[in-house]
Amino acid sequence: MNQFKNFTKGLIKENPVFVLLLGMCPVLGVTSSAINGMGMGLATAFVLVMSNMAIALIKNVIPDKVRIPAFVVVIASFVTVVEMVMEGFLPDLYNQLGLFIPLIVVNCLILGRAEAFASKNNVISSFFDGLGMGLGFTLGLVVLGATREILGAGTIFNVPFVGEDANTLLLFVLPPGAFIALGYLIAGINQLKKVNN
Amino acid sequence: MDYVLIIISAVLVNNIVLAQFLGICPFLGVSNKVSTALGMSGAVLFVIVLSTIVTYLLNQYVLLAYDLAYLRTISFIFVIAALVQMVEIILKKISPALYEALGVFLPLITTNCAVLGLALLAVGMENASLLKAVLFSASNALGFGLAITLFAGIREQIHFTDIPQGMQGAPISLITAGLLSMAFMGFAGLV
Repeated sequence: MNQFKNFTKGLIKENPVFVLLLGMCPVLGVTSSAINGMGMGLATAFVLVMSNMAIALIKNVIPDKVRIPAFVVVIASFVTVVEMVMEGFLPDLYNQLGLFIPLIVVNCLILGRAEAFASKNNVISSFFDGLGMGLGFTLGLVVLGATREILGAGTIFNVPFVGEDANTLLLFVLPPGAFIALGYLIAGINQLKKVNN
Repeated sequence: MDYVLIIISAVLVNNIVLAQFLGICPFLGVSNKVSTALGMSGAVLFVIVLSTIVTYLLNQYVLLAYDLAYLRTISFIFVIAALVQMVEIILKKISPALYEALGVFLPLITTNCAVLGLALLAVGMENASLLKAVLFSASNALGFGLAITLFAGIREQIHFTDIPQGMQGAPISLITAGLLSMAFMGFAGLV
């Protein structure tokens, strides 16, 4: 039951994108399409799960004073793994996401979970916490990516659903659209929460 | 002329925050007042210039020389974290006034993705000299300062306006940032 809670809290109640507002750079930077959002989200989720487990395993060995640099090195190692695997097997996605792959290192969501959760809990709980938060992050990226793609390009997961010459709101796939779409999505979620209470 | 283009392109056209989405966390987090925004911009400029010099040399004379390019991410973040810590200690000792002004922002900068992002972008530039790399990252840092200061100025005004309840807080800030980003798109034809 407890593990289930660790897992689900990241999905909705403490969703990293819409509620905690953590790791905003990739959220805004790569979500010009739903596919990109999903790739980025899953890469981040993988690093988050692995680093959460690794940190939960070695938390007793790390002196308190140097714990942040130690966490960063653990995270950076897993990011390097993701970087190499993606470059080898998914070169297209790797080129699309570009700089944001190495920048997973400084995603405050990952360091935040390491500090707030993994350094205080056991491996199993940390695994579920990382998985929930990671998938919640992916969910947020896919929702935002899909919104921008539908409004801006008239496609969903690269499948067009309007005619060739339809007028789409190009603004939403350009940088300003990222801020505006996320702003309205969060406003909508806030409103929903208020209605539910 | 080349150098002028680098500056204009980094500050206005490809603004690091509004067009490239690096450094969003401090952009949204430390932009309530113009004075704190200016302090943050100063700290970021300082750290970015230093870290670009160090990471450029590290990349050129260690990573590339010994064929260790795959260690770039790890070594850069480590160098930046150590550098920030060192800057904090040194500033405290030699210039307490500057430390007072920048001190609170320094620990935040380690996880500012603009610093690592620019270090990676600067070494990724094609046949860039050290001077060019430093100029590139310094003008990007200025672009960061410009964006965050403008944004803080707007947010100070938002405080006094009547905002619908669901839009308060993050949503209105994000939409404001979107409008600011749209304004910066107007510079697109410059370079």
